[in-house]
Amino acid sequence: MFTEIIEKYDWNSQKESILHKGADDVRRALNRTRRDIEDFKALISPAALPFLEQMAQLSHRLTQKRFGKTIQLYIPLYLSNECQNICTYCAFSLDNKIRRKTLSPIEIMQEVQAIKAMGYEHVLLVTGEANKTVGVDYLKQAIKLIKPHFANISLEVQPLDQREYELLIAEGLYSVLVYQETYHKERYKAYHPKGKKSNFDYRLETPDRLGRAGIHKIGLGTLIGLEDWRTDALFTALHLRYLEKRYWQTKYSISFPRLRPIELNNGDEQGLHHFGQFISDRELVQLICAWRLFDEELEISLSTREEEKFRNRLIPLGITSISAGSKTNPGGYVVEPQSLEQFEISDERPAQEIASIIKQQGYEPVWKDWEKTWA
Amino acid sequence: MLKIADKTFQSRLFLGTGKFGSPQEMEGAVLASGTELVTVALRRVDAENKDDALLQHVQHPHVHLLPNTSGARNAKEAVLAAQLAREALETNWLKLEIHPDPRYLLPDAIETLKATEELAKLGFVILPYIHADPVLCKQLENAGTAAVMPLGAPIGTNKGLKTIDFLEIIIEQSLVPVIVDAGIGAPSDAAKAMEIGADAVLVNTAIAVAGKPREMAEAFKQAVEAGRKAFESGLGTVTKHAEASSPLTAFLDNF
Repeated sequence: MFTEIIEKYDWNSQKESILHKGADDVRRALNRTRRDIEDFKALISPAALPFLEQMAQLSHRLTQKRFGKTIQLYIPLYLSNECQNICTYCAFSLDNKIRRKTLSPIEIMQEVQAIKAMGYEHVLLVTGEANKTVGVDYLKQAIKLIKPHFANISLEVQPLDQREYELLIAEGLYSVLVYQETYHKERYKAYHPKGKKSNFDYRLETPDRLGRAGIHKIGLGTLIGLEDWRTDALFTALHLRYLEKRYWQTKYSISFPRLRPIELNNGDEQGLHHFGQFISDRELVQLICAWRLFDEELEISLSTREEEKFRNRLIPLGITSISAGSKTNPGGYVVEPQSLEQFEISDERPAQEIASIIKQQGYEPVWKDWEKTWA
Repeated sequence: MLKIADKTFQSRLFLGTGKFGSPQEMEGAVLASGTELVTVALRRVDAENKDDALLQHVQHPHVHLLPNTSGARNAKEAVLAAQLAREALETNWLKLEIHPDPRYLLPDAIETLKATEELAKLGFVILPYIHADPVLCKQLENAGTAAVMPLGAPIGTNKGLKTIDFLEIIIEQSLVPVIVDAGIGAPSDAAKAMEIGADAVLVNTAIAVAGKPREMAEAFKQAVEAGRKAFESGLGTVTKHAEASSPLTAFLDNF
């Protein structure tokens, strides 16, 4: 399990080693055809910033070679905001006094119709962590219900056991996104003081359990804004390489959501809470390009957390899938549009508008890239 | 003229339809290439929908569809996909692709052989994507394949004919048409494949990702024609040294 591997890496010395990379290390990384962890460190280091244009050109070419001039589209479907965890940065946090909502089968189908009407074939189911109401049985029923309507179903919910994943895969689950949030164990505990999520190791071993369950795709990532983004990226890269060797039949995707403002009402604070800017736009572009140069086959996805103009510009730089027209509240599309969002959306443009922006840039928006009979 | 199963082909260039910037761009390249066989991933099309953009743009009388099973991880999934494709796209032609490894998309020889045996019994015209493995090619022949499609290099890499030594053995031994698939990155690679006697080549990434796909398709068309003509005309042998008069055997002239 990766929990044994991570023990060998000390956070602070890894962070130091990234900051010690120089222009020569960056040049060497740029000139290689296959890049290793040391190259990745160089590419995410401050020393690589002067080479950003070169990295972007390379990332653009490599991405087109592998994925073509295409961008995949997916949409989140929030099923529930019930949650037993305290995550200090999340609006669904247990201590946040909001109205809780879990969609019934009829409501799920109303939402499904709305997002099908937008043209979607790939859907991402999202919930908080509330095992009694939104446990494996609920998820199983939800997948069974929506399976006939989508080519591809992904899940972003609490970590489950291998056996539970096997059950959901048998129902037609294609991929699971499970972000570690941060690989810094102590900081992780500070951000997640209560609930099952406070177990760092159980979360960290989730991709192992998914790999063993034979999932088609695993989504990795960290939440940018919790810890040093460079060191978190490095640990994610170590995790990815570890997984790729062991679970070689599984595909991987990466995401690096930046923290967005959330609506708080927890006793200490009321109203919209903003987080500090942990990564600049320039550095986020550097991170995207570094990932592409490190792993040519990796899917890179970008959510509506990012702003319109920035998202437009990122299309040719290395990303492979984006969401559009998203709502981050259960029932957000039709059932209960006013319920509380998990985070505030930056890019509110509807799906078809995003599709035409993709086209304007010479890319084809891809709505379907899977065959449901296989899942 | 090239013949595969019951169909004859004027053009020895086959095209993939993925990775283009738009269905229109793909259609332009298909027409410019002169191809008569294009492969379409079942996973990418909405087979139940006659208005599917990709399918609409490959509808030309001279262009035949070759559905592929890209995404299938084993023989079972491939056979399932083949049956769906036959029903939805109304053709029993199939490009059999089984790659359990989603990263390098390398074909699984064992599962491919198994699926070929099964699909042949079901009446499919099978064109399997495989490693440049001469023994596997003979086994596929026995299993009833219509052609073989060995790779020149890992798919999508544009690296050219990295497997040329094995391709030459396959071409020499094969009783079915040999189509070099995957890795062909430039018209010169396609020409080379034709010069060594391949029956056809399949190209996708190099055309789709080019700055001007239509022009690149035309370049490939010319390269394939040139390479084939060269093969048919009989290429001269490559020699590594000048042919010296024979100092070691010259004495024989006096015997």
